Amino acid sequence: MTTQIATQNTGTYLIKGIVLIIAALLLFAPFLFQDVRSLEVAARICIFIVLVASFDLLIGYTGIVSFAHTMFFGFGAYGAAILLKEMGPGWTPVILGGLAGVAVSLVFAVAIGLLSLRVKAIFFAMITLAAASVVLVLASQLSQITGGEDGITYRGPDLFKTATKLVTDDDGKVVRLWGVRLNGKLAAYYFVFFTSLILFLAMLRFVGSPFGTVLKAIRENEARAEAIGYRVVAYRTAVFCLSAVVASLAGTVYAVWLKYTGPATTLSFAIMIDILLMVVIGGMGTMWGAVIGAVLMILAQYYLRDLMGVASEAVAAVPILPELLAPDRWLFWLGIIFILLVYFFPKGIAGTAMSGGAKQ
Amino acid sequence: MTLLSIRNMKTDIGQYAVLHDISFDVPEGGVFVLLGRNGAGKTTTLRSIMGLWKPSPGSVLFKGEDITSHHTADIARKGIAYVPENMGIFGTLTVDENLILATTSGRFDPARLARIHALFPALEQFRDKQAWSLSGGQKQMLSVARAIIEPRALILIDEPTKGLAPSIVDAMAGAFREIAQTTTILLVEQNFTFARSLGRDMAVIDDGRVAHSGSMEDFAADTALQDRLLSLSA
Repeated sequence: MTTQIATQNTGTYLIKGIVLIIAALLLFAPFLFQDVRSLEVAARICIFIVLVASFDLLIGYTGIVSFAHTMFFGFGAYGAAILLKEMGPGWTPVILGGLAGVAVSLVFAVAIGLLSLRVKAIFFAMITLAAASVVLVLASQLSQITGGEDGITYRGPDLFKTATKLVTDDDGKVVRLWGVRLNGKLAAYYFVFFTSLILFLAMLRFVGSPFGTVLKAIRENEARAEAIGYRVVAYRTAVFCLSAVVASLAGTVYAVWLKYTGPATTLSFAIMIDILLMVVIGGMGTMWGAVIGAVLMILAQYYLRDLMGVASEAVAAVPILPELLAPDRWLFWLGIIFILLVYFFPKGIAGTAMSGGAKQ
Repeated sequence: MTLLSIRNMKTDIGQYAVLHDISFDVPEGGVFVLLGRNGAGKTTTLRSIMGLWKPSPGSVLFKGEDITSHHTADIARKGIAYVPENMGIFGTLTVDENLILATTSGRFDPARLARIHALFPALEQFRDKQAWSLSGGQKQMLSVARAIIEPRALILIDEPTKGLAPSIVDAMAGAFREIAQTTTILLVEQNFTFARSLGRDMAVIDDGRVAHSGSMEDFAADTALQDRLLSLSA
């Protein structure tokens, strides 16, 4: 038992160390990886860490399976997008749109939670799936408001325009730091980074609070939690609302970063599946797992194809292998990697490492 | 004075009628023991009192108030703690987290925590360990400690000695005697020696009905009755 607990501690330190390194890389990403695509990847990682962590509050900490997470993400994104389109660039539409997204998310979360969290988990999952499907169809059909399948393109706050000079020299030119122009694009990235960091730290604080302990107890055994005085439905509804609010705020940040909002970038089931995969790969019920899952999955989505192109060329002289490693087969290899990860890390990477492989 | 009164309680689990007609009174103070063979309905009685299964018809009166239709969480908040047969601890939480969950304020009363650590020293030694890593006896101690981390009027304890080593059973008996000085205990137990050493009043449940109730002293003296109701000599 002592060896197992020691392994557990080592695993916890290892995971926290990896997360710290990821945080440092994201903090200095604009300076370390000076191309547009890398910055796009870094911003997407920041936002998805928040989105996946907020989903982990549900599935990992409370045992609630919901397919409506992208719906809340979409509410936040569309709230900001519609107001930025209608009111023009500025902070007011971002704030009002974000608040509107949060309000709509809360209404939906309370309604779904109170109506269906007392039924069996499978029925709750089905209800969230139905709600998400309806909202996806509505977003596609209410084209006058949402832009339909084409989505909405708009301009963000002026501070985030690439032409905006954050710091200028005596000649009025934008100052460069380590070769990077201190312009609006950099400000936009740090808006994404620090908003995501604050939301993630808030969730981390939340799961470490007495409320978070109650959630873990509910996940482990509902009847026991009730027998010591906790109303499970009330707690589940509360965490469902919290998770919806965080997802909605992540949506608003994503909308500001992308300057485009459409069904494919916020509401689609492909994103919901990505979130599920990230939380499973990273490890449920750890928060740290959300960071590792989001980083691995997004890096694979953006760079696995390139990596396979290089590998395919390297083995060009060998029969069959170049065909197998052709960049077009990247989804096949992503699937293989996912199966192997689930096989070797049944509790996800962070979950397995932090539990020291212990059976509980 | 009667603390808990069960009146004509009938409980069905699915299509099976488990309790047919249960009536008994638990006086305030001391240990009241529920005895009976396996499958007689003792655990179902405790779960019905906690509202985990709803009796129909029948009533559960606690301090004179009808709590039959109350939610389990509300029953717990009224001052009834439940220590289930499988201990009911949360394995992924630490010992301290398990204890703090059972407090209404989210904080320990230092005096009560000190009393718990005096009763069960292992819980102080392993307070930061996850509960799944405890031994069976330590898990049972944690389960009982959780029930007394705050003042309760009544503690329902289901077969606390099951599977425990004799030395742990002795320690548990000592702890129960001390707890019973301030709190009423309704104890379900198959270990008659253990039950006899603690109980002041008792009832025997057989086939979902109360077959006998009275003082433990009288029951302990009547070996023929024990033999008939509990098959102790078999």
